[in-house]
Amino acid sequence: MTVSPLDSLDLISPEATRLASKPTSLGRITLRRLIRRRSALVGLTLLGVLSATAVFAPWIAPYHPEQVLIGIETVERREAPCIHLLGCPEDRPQHLMGIDGNVRDEFSRVVYGSRFSLAIGFTSVGFAIVIGTFFGALAGYLGGWVDNVIMRVMDVLLAFPALLLAIAIVAVLGPGLINALLAIGIVTIPAYARVMRASVLSVKEANFVAASRALGASMMRILFRSVLPNAMTPLIVLGTLEIASAILSAAALSFLGLGAQPPTPEWGSMLSTERNQVFTAPHLVFFPGLAITLTVLGFNLLGDGLRDAFDPRLAVKGEAPRA
Amino acid sequence: MISFVIRRLLSSIPVLVGILLVTFALARLSPGDPCTALLGEHATPQICEQFIARYGLDQPILTQLGIFLRDVARFDFGDSIRYQRPVALMLVERLPMTIELSFSALTLAVLIGIPAGIIAAMRHNSATDVTTMVAANVGVSMPVFWLGLMLAYVFGLLLRDTPLWLPPSGRISAGLTAVPFYQVYGLGMGRSSPLYNVFEFFSNLYIFNSIITGNFRVLWDTLRHLILPSMALSTIPMAIIARMTRSSLLEVLGREYIRAARAKGVPRAAVVFKHALRNALLPVVTIIGLSLGSLLGGAVLTETIFGLAGVGRALFEAITSRDYPIIQAFTLVIAVGYVIVNLLVDISYTFLDPRVRLE
Repeated sequence: MTVSPLDSLDLISPEATRLASKPTSLGRITLRRLIRRRSALVGLTLLGVLSATAVFAPWIAPYHPEQVLIGIETVERREAPCIHLLGCPEDRPQHLMGIDGNVRDEFSRVVYGSRFSLAIGFTSVGFAIVIGTFFGALAGYLGGWVDNVIMRVMDVLLAFPALLLAIAIVAVLGPGLINALLAIGIVTIPAYARVMRASVLSVKEANFVAASRALGASMMRILFRSVLPNAMTPLIVLGTLEIASAILSAAALSFLGLGAQPPTPEWGSMLSTERNQVFTAPHLVFFPGLAITLTVLGFNLLGDGLRDAFDPRLAVKGEAPRA
Repeated sequence: MISFVIRRLLSSIPVLVGILLVTFALARLSPGDPCTALLGEHATPQICEQFIARYGLDQPILTQLGIFLRDVARFDFGDSIRYQRPVALMLVERLPMTIELSFSALTLAVLIGIPAGIIAAMRHNSATDVTTMVAANVGVSMPVFWLGLMLAYVFGLLLRDTPLWLPPSGRISAGLTAVPFYQVYGLGMGRSSPLYNVFEFFSNLYIFNSIITGNFRVLWDTLRHLILPSMALSTIPMAIIARMTRSSLLEVLGREYIRAARAKGVPRAAVVFKHALRNALLPVVTIIGLSLGSLLGGAVLTETIFGLAGVGRALFEAITSRDYPIIQAFTLVIAVGYVIVNLLVDISYTFLDPRVRLE
């Protein structure tokens, strides 16, 4: 048996073989780029913890979020946190985030609150994406007066500060979590309409669109099968970032008493109920707010990471120095 | 240049018309009538009938629109249903507060955000850069109302009896009054005078009023009261401005002409500040204009937390109690102000970037 000199040279590294054998789809490249960015990884971790908390809330939370502890334990209204590890006497019941104004365990309420914040983010943005992309696609594809009318309406919506418009819409619809979500969805629509319109404008002249038109595809089929998949990238990035601001806006609406109503364990509403006690029981303001901040931060970091990962102009490692 | 400004002015007319229509429609679309919403259990059918007739709510919708447009043209916004006072007067009392607050928050955001962005870009990938960007990311993620409450707690309570203590609420300390400048200078005038509203508006800009009347105790006190609300309100725009400045400057620094300037031997600082910054600031200016919208939204929250009687809080209260005249007038003023600011931003491009003029 002859040994080829090439074998010992090890020209083909295992890494190269592995890379050559695997097809690299855009999704795979993006994922690989995403997890190489530290900030995106932090974002993913935050959101992972949050999702796990939301899913396993009944196992994590020591109490039911609406359970009043009067007569069950010897605790007082708005009692400060009692953590055994930090020197709170062992004979006292442990309450990681203290007791709220209605003698409920604050930690359990914050844990259950994660369910609301995720639901709020995804539903309001989902609503805005569906409506916004539809109108944006229509405007971009049809052009002419349809485009003009749709985009002028969007301009008017954008002329109002988002939160004020949302407040006004909730005032019309009546306070409540669902209406608050609807309001946030409505004020977010113009962003998607604009992005979608721009994408459609850039894709619709492409040869493959002309080809499906020549094959007799209907307008809706062309829009949804040919144009939309090619316009997804900016929508995903915008969507992630908009979830962050939707959660902030929903919390603000709840804070103003227009969103989730007590006793719902929603962070903004929890903060709002106790805001006048900030000098005497700061923990009841601090923890829900911290939860909101971390959640929003998670979505912001992930959104930024996705934007960079999808952008083919930015190389991953050994990035060319830009300055 | 002038033709650009005129074209830009004309293009904002459809948006202004839209704003007028939306403002008008929003108030009318509300289910439930303002009578029961405002008068509560006192609302008997007879009282409601009188009430509706008095405010013209029984007219056909087009007639109401006509009346609305005529009144807007005359700057006559009617009386607040809840407070029984002219809305124009309330605007004159409350708008200056919000202007002072937004302006000081925006100043803070620009003064800290732009230098932070420049430093981060100049030291790209250094520890300073990373720290700045982490801070900016946290900054855009914090709810305004939470930050406001925590600032009030830290500076108003924890730091009590130290020189760092700051007033956690109100606009001016009890016992101090900002005497209107027109009284100080003996320009006494009745409420009927057409100039009254204008004078009252400027005298309610406490900073302006206390400077021109030379009352520096009031000025100092007003500024101290403004610090915490402005800090709370400025974080989000500050973070956005810092990020924008950094990424825009990084992009410009990668251009050929920057390399050419460096190759010629121009010092690095001069390249950054003279060659790169001017081009990099274009998108930053846009962002500053746009962030005014979030500032006004944030003003509702900030004014609520710090007990300030501004436009945002008044509008919020009016919306929840269906005080149509206030809703219409205040939304209109805010939206028009927003459009005007963005118009000014566009016009400022012509100074920053001559290419815009030639288009």
